[in-house]
Formats: sequence, C-alpha cells, structure tokens
Amino acid sequence: MLEIRNLVVKIADEDKQILNGLNLTVNDGEVAAIMGPNGSGKSTLSYVIAGKEDYEVLDGEILLNGENVLEMEADARAAAGIFLAFQYPLEIPGVATMTFLKAAMNAQRRARGEAELLTPDFIKAVNGAADKLGIAKDMLRRPLNVGFSGGEKKRMEILQMALLAPSMCILDETDSGLDIDALRIVAEGVNALRDKSRGFLVITHYQRLLDHIIPDTVHVMSKGRIVKTGGKELALELEKSGYAGYGEAA
Amino acid sequence: MSVVTPLKTAAEQALSAQFAAAKAELPGALPVRKLREDAFAGFEVRGLPHRRLETWRYTDLRGLLREASPLAESATISAAVRARVAALPAGGVRLVLVDGVFVPELSTLEGLPGGLSIHSLADALVSGRDDLACVLSGPGVASTDAGLMLNTALMRDGVFIEIAAGTELAQPLTILSLASGEEERAIFHRSVVLAGAGAKATIVEIGESVGNAASQINGAIVFETGDESDVQHVRMITRHRPETVQVQSLLATVGGQAKFESFALVCNAGTLRQQHFVRYAGEHTEIGLRGVNLLGGSEHSDVTLVMDHEVPHGTSREMFKSIIGGEGTGVFQGKVIVRQHAQKTDGNMKSNALLLNDGATMFNKPELEIFADDVVCGHGATVAQIDGEQLFYLMARGLPRPQAEALVLQAFAGEAVEFVQDEALRDMVMAEIEAWLGAREASSVVSAV
Repeated sequence: MLEIRNLVVKIADEDKQILNGLNLTVNDGEVAAIMGPNGSGKSTLSYVIAGKEDYEVLDGEILLNGENVLEMEADARAAAGIFLAFQYPLEIPGVATMTFLKAAMNAQRRARGEAELLTPDFIKAVNGAADKLGIAKDMLRRPLNVGFSGGEKKRMEILQMALLAPSMCILDETDSGLDIDALRIVAEGVNALRDKSRGFLVITHYQRLLDHIIPDTVHVMSKGRIVKTGGKELALELEKSGYAGYGEAA
Repeated sequence: MSVVTPLKTAAEQALSAQFAAAKAELPGALPVRKLREDAFAGFEVRGLPHRRLETWRYTDLRGLLREASPLAESATISAAVRARVAALPAGGVRLVLVDGVFVPELSTLEGLPGGLSIHSLADALVSGRDDLACVLSGPGVASTDAGLMLNTALMRDGVFIEIAAGTELAQPLTILSLASGEEERAIFHRSVVLAGAGAKATIVEIGESVGNAASQINGAIVFETGDESDVQHVRMITRHRPETVQVQSLLATVGGQAKFESFALVCNAGTLRQQHFVRYAGEHTEIGLRGVNLLGGSEHSDVTLVMDHEVPHGTSREMFKSIIGGEGTGVFQGKVIVRQHAQKTDGNMKSNALLLNDGATMFNKPELEIFADDVVCGHGATVAQIDGEQLFYLMARGLPRPQAEALVLQAFAGEAVEFVQDEALRDMVMAEIEAWLGAREASSVVSAV
C-alpha cells in the first residue's frame, strides 16, 4: 500500500514549488489513475516517489507498506517494491539490454537478501516475458533502448516491470507516443500483472489509456494537489468537460 | 655585446653529463652514432619540453622532471619480473624488455612463425643496415620534438621486428616492457616494427612497473608498414608507481591501401605523455587511433597526435575516451594536417571526457590544418559529468549508485574498446577497465559507510 501524506515539494535549485500538500492512497490490488493538465505536477509526483534527486521535499511523507521511503535512495526504493515506468525511457549506449536486466534483477535480489539468479533461469524468465509483449530477441541483444522506437521503449519498460515484479507500479504517461496497436500491447502487459497484492498508479493526460487499463479510482490533480476523486466514470467526464473546472486552463 | 645563455635545469645538466658519459658505450654503428649526436645537439638547443611550447603546453616536462634518474644500463631480473612474465597469457610470440633491455631468456625466440624475424634493437643498431637512420627518424612531423630527440640520443635497446611481405601472423605478438622498480632509474627504449607489403599482424605492447621505485621512462615504437598491410597495435600502459614520469612516442609511416589501427589503454600510469606521429605514405589508407584514459589521484595523461595526410584518399579516425577522478588531469591535443595534394581526405576526430568530481581537469585541443579543398574533416570534443538522468534510470531499477556509475562508465569506455578486433585482447582490455572501475566502486562504498 502506498500512502502519501501532505507532500510538499519544490525543485531543488529553484524556488518553484510543484507539489502543495498532496494526499493520496493506493491500496494493494487497486489501479488508481491520476489525470490532470500539463504542469499540474503529475510527473514530479512520479519522480519524487521513485527517488529522483532534483527535488526537495519540504514536508510530508511517502509510506510504502507503512515504511517511509523518503530517506531511501532510488535503488533502495526499487528493491522495496517501487517501479516507475518512465515517460521517456533513457537510452544507455554500450550497455547490452540483457546485461542490464540481469544486473537489475540481481541487485534487487541482493538488496532483499535473496540468492542471485542462475543464468538459465534468468534467460528463461526474460524469454517468457518478452514473448508475451511481442519483444523480438534482436531487441534484447541491442544496447538498452538505443535505436528503439517509442513503442519498443514502452514495451521494454513493461518487460522490466514484469521481471522485477514490484508491489507498487507507477506508469508515467505510458501512452504518450504510442499508436493504438502499441497501446493495446502495453495495456495488455499491464493488465496481465494486475493482482490483489500489487498497486498501480497510472498517470495520464488523456482518457484513452484508461479504455484499456480500467482504473478502480480516478484522481484529478491540479496545481500540485489532488482536487477530486471518483470512479472510472470521472475519466469520461473529464474527457468531455476538460480541466477548466479545476482551476486551470484546459 | 652580451650573449644570452639559456639557464639549464638540474635535470638538463644531468642529462648532458649522462649523454657525454654514455655515448661511447651506447650501441650503434657510425650512422647511428651520428644520429645520436645530432639528436642530443637538438635536445640541448631546446631543453626539456615546457609549457611555453604549444605542443607541450599542458605537460610541463621541464617542471615535472626535477631530477634525472641515473640511466638504466642493464636488466634487473627480480622475482617480481619473473612472476609478471609468467602471468602473461599463454600462446603467441612474447618479447620481454626489462628496464629497456631486451631479455632473450624471458622471450620466445624459437619456433617463430615463418616470415617473422626478431632481433634486439641493440643488435640492429650495430648491424650497419643502411635504412636504419631513415627508419628510426620516422615521419617528418616528429623531427622537432625534444622528447623524441632524447630517446634517439639515449635509446639503449628494444626489439627490432620484421614481418616479411605477405606474412599473416595468426596470433598477436606481445612486447612486454617492464620497469623492475628496484631502484630509481631512467629507461630509454625503442622498438621497431617493419611490416612488408600485404603483411597482417597484431602487435601488443604492455608497459608496466614492478617493484617500489618510480622510473623515468622514455619509450618509442616505430611502425613502417607496406602497401596493403593490415597492422593492429594494442597498447596497455598500467600498474606504474604514481611518481612515474614517462613519454611514449609512436611513429608510424603507413603504405598505400593499408590499414593501421592503434588502441591504447592508460590506467595507473603516473604522469604520462603519449605522442603519436603518423604519416600517410600511400593513397587509400585507413588509420584509426583510439584510446581510453582512466585517471585518478594526481595522475596526468596527455595524448598528443599529429596525423599527416600527405597523399589523397586517406581516412583517419581518432576516438579517445577519458574518465577522470581525483585531482587527475587529462590532455588531448589532436592535429590533423591535410596537405595541398591530399584531396578526398576523410577525417573524424573525437575526444570525450567524463569528470567524476570537482578536482578533475580535462584539456581538449583539436586542430585541423587543411590546405586541400576537397576534404571531409570533422572533430568533436566534449567534457561532461556522468549523465544524472541515465544514473537515475539505472538506480530506479535497483542498481546501487556505485554499480550504476560503473555500468555507465564501462559503456562510455567500451565505445572505443570495440575497435580492438581480437576478441581475447578486447576482453583483456575490458577486464582491466572493469578492475579499475571496481576498485573505484569499492572505495566509494567504503567512503559512503
């Protein structure tokens, strides 16, 4: 369970405050969507949960299963179960995708005091997950995300999510840059991971993604706060009326 | 009338005295003796290179060399030397220099592949072969360098390798040059590789120190390669005392329709100046110079290149990657000269540095001197820090910071290492890089605790 209480955040080197006392709870097994206009602080929220350093937390706390993660570095948060699917996954030239996947899986296992994966087990796990997402073997041999299309990068994010089996998944604008077929594949990948022990926070600007990943809860974010919470019908309502009613231009 | 006499430093005075005392016993037939005398006379006019010389601007050898150590006159074959030789990977021809002196009993001289002949440089210098002075002088662009002049004057030994036309060496040939480090000594060595037309070979040059005394090393390697030859040179300069000061010159004259590739890994090398002087002697030749410099502590690594395109249709690729921590200083000076007749020259030069902390420094000085009008030449020099976004991405997947950094750095260096064609050598270079990064990773874990 993810609980965010009165979170106040500014950009580290500037006076600009982005999150202004945000409260949010995502229960195990829940798929919560956050919708909001550009600049409302959605991506900042995802980065702060994952532990990016460019921000300064002025107040509040973020609890994962009751434990405050704000003191942890990003790698410790990942090992504790937080996974952020990036809006713009980074290209890392020179690092083979398979090398990276194995390093990530084993680093998390080590951090949790588990034995490292044996290579045959690792390859089997990757191949199984890759098949489900329609990821070609050739992509796994290339350097991480280098030369991947937008859709390939997003599928690679979901592959990592499947392999790392986090308890709290955050998807930051996962639909951006995807055509409808890629969107369906990615959504199916996410839906396959839904279970009662895993929470999802799906951040999106458009309702479109939520046709494929049906949320349990929809939150509207504006000016660094959650300003309205409802069921999945709230997303449809927003699609019609826009964000104008929430104190921001559409 | 007053005469201005340049003030000589203590080291310069000592070098003059050493040359005067040693010139009679240094090996060489008459033309070589003349070469030595001329070179030393040239050195005496110039003195040790210093920062007011544009080509030595960032490596002030005069300031660095407070004292000239006594000349190493023979090889000190300690237990540590033997142990290092024994640890070389098996297979292939190995030639061992200790304190700049060729040691036949530690080298492979029997059962050499056909077409390969090996002598000590000392033997070659007294042999009286008539192309010697020409071979030793190398490309014209090297002729005014005082560091190389000192090497020419004082070179004691090395290896003289001839690869006959059409010969393909199946396995790399390794030259291991060890400083015994039993006492502080100045080591002057030079090796020569003559590859005939169509010859194909990989020459590995490993320069290391064993023992605890720091050495002053002035080394040179000369390549003269024929038409349609294909020569790879892989150099690893590592495991030296931090106080070691060395100059390593590479002189290459490459024939037409030929390939010449040189790669150099530098780590734990103290203060080092590498200078490459390369001449295109024939058309349609491809030359690649690449390297990785890993610096920490107060280490200093200078890579200075002069690529002389004298003839048309030459291709040159240079790529140097520097990772600099501590108070380390990296220098890259790359000069590409395209002479008037060298049309259709295709040159691309890159120097990329990552600075790991505030005390680290990099000087990049790419220069193009183009006198032809139909060429494609470009250069790019960057100095940056580790990409924080890449680091966050890897950490968000669970990699601890030191491991994430090591992965990014390994990938950064790996881009240049990819050009080492021999897989075993490539692995050997990467293993050395990984060990350096691992040591850094371990020390950062300790400092974090």
